[in-house]
Amino acid sequence: MNIAITTQGQSLDSRVNPRFGRASWFILYNTEDESWQAFENPAETQRGGAGIAAAQFLADKGVETAISGRFGPNAHQALSAAGIKMVMFEDKEQTAREVIDDFLAERLSKPA
Amino acid sequence: MIKIAIASGKGGTGKTMIATGLASVLVREITLQFLDCDVEAPNAHLFLRPEIHETHPAIIALPVIDPDVCTLCGRCVDVCEFNALAKIGGQILIFPQLCHGCGSCNLQCPESAIREKPHPIGTLSLGQTESEIQYGRGELTISEPMPAPIIRQLKRKMQNHGEIRILDAPPGASCSVVATLHDADFVLLVTEPTPFGLHDLRQMLGVLEQTRTPAGVIINRDGIGGEVDKGRTGITSDVEILLENRNIPILMRIPHRCEIAAGLAKGKVLTEILPQYRMEFSNLYLKILEQLQTQRTAA
Repeated sequence: MNIAITTQGQSLDSRVNPRFGRASWFILYNTEDESWQAFENPAETQRGGAGIAAAQFLADKGVETAISGRFGPNAHQALSAAGIKMVMFEDKEQTAREVIDDFLAERLSKPA
Repeated sequence: MIKIAIASGKGGTGKTMIATGLASVLVREITLQFLDCDVEAPNAHLFLRPEIHETHPAIIALPVIDPDVCTLCGRCVDVCEFNALAKIGGQILIFPQLCHGCGSCNLQCPESAIREKPHPIGTLSLGQTESEIQYGRGELTISEPMPAPIIRQLKRKMQNHGEIRILDAPPGASCSVVATLHDADFVLLVTEPTPFGLHDLRQMLGVLEQTRTPAGVIINRDGIGGEVDKGRTGITSDVEILLENRNIPILMRIPHRCEIAAGLAKGKVLTEILPQYRMEFSNLYLKILEQLQTQRTAA
C-alpha cells in the first residue's frame, strides 16, 4: 500500500508536519517493499485551496492513505472523492518513521 | 474624478469616521460619491443616512461541468488560480466557496463542457443622502466568503461622474482592501499610536509599496498608546518613527476624546459633534491635492 505522511523535511527521520495542505513535504512510503521517496508539497505556498491541491497531488501519485495531523474540510472532501483514506497522528514531535510504525501497528485514528 | 480611499489595516481606527466627515464637508463644494466597500460590515449608512433608490444582486458565475462532454483533460484544473477545481476519482470536483467567478475554466475548456451558473453572493444598494452625496454600498451575504467581486461590481455600478469618489475600505490588508484601493488616486491611512495600529499600518504600507498609490496618514486617538521619546524632536510614538522613516506625511491628528466617541455612538458625523472639523477636513482635502501634486511629480 502507498501511504503519504506530511513532514517538515525530506527524510524518514524528519519531524512530521501536522498540517495537511500546508505541509512542506510529503513522504510517500510503500508498506510492501518499504521503499520511500520525499516530494515537496506543490500546494504549500498556494494562496488558497492548498488542501485541494495537495489532495490532487497525492491522487495523481496513486496514494491510498494520507497521514497528517488534521485535514481541512476541502481536503477531506477531495481526498474522500479520490478514495484516499485519512489517518491522523496526535504527537507532532514524532518523526515520519515513528508515525509509520504507529500506522502499521494500527495505533492511529481516523478523522471523525 | 479624484478617487480617495480610506484604509487602515487595523479595524476600529476610525476609517468610517474620517470618510463620512470628509464626504460631508466636501459635498458642500463639489459633486461627490461615497462607496462603502466594507462589504462584510458596511456601516457608513448609519452616519450618512442615505435614501436607497435601487438594489441589485451581486453575482459571480460558477462553473457547471457537463460530464457527458467533459473528457477529463484537466485543463480547467490547471488554469484555476484558486484551486477551486480538482480532477479526482474520475470526475472534476468543484469547490464553489473557492471560486472567484473569473471564468478562466470556461474560456480554456477545449470541449466547451463548461457553462456558467449565476450565483448571488450579496447586494448592491445605491441611493443619495439629503446633502446629495451619491451613495453606494455592497453587502456580502452571510456565509459567502468572497468580498472582492462585490467591491468591483459596486465600482462599476456607480458610474464615474462626480468630481470626487470617497471609498471607505474594509479593515485588514487582504484581497478586499486591494480591490478597494485598486484604482484609487490617493490613500488616506487612518491609524492609532498603539502597537496594534503600528503592526497593521506596516502591513498597509507593504500593500501600498506594491500598488504605488500616493498616501498620507491620519493619526486618530492621538496621544494614547504611551510615549516613546527616542530623543528625537517632535517624534513621540513608534507609528511616527515608522512614518518618518518611510517618508509618509501625517495629514491630520484627532485626539482621544470621550465626546467624539459618544457622538459617533449616536450616529453623528464628526463635523456635527465638533464643528471645527469642517475646517480641518477642508484643510485635509487641500493637503491631499498638494500631496497628489508632489508625490506624482516624485514618481
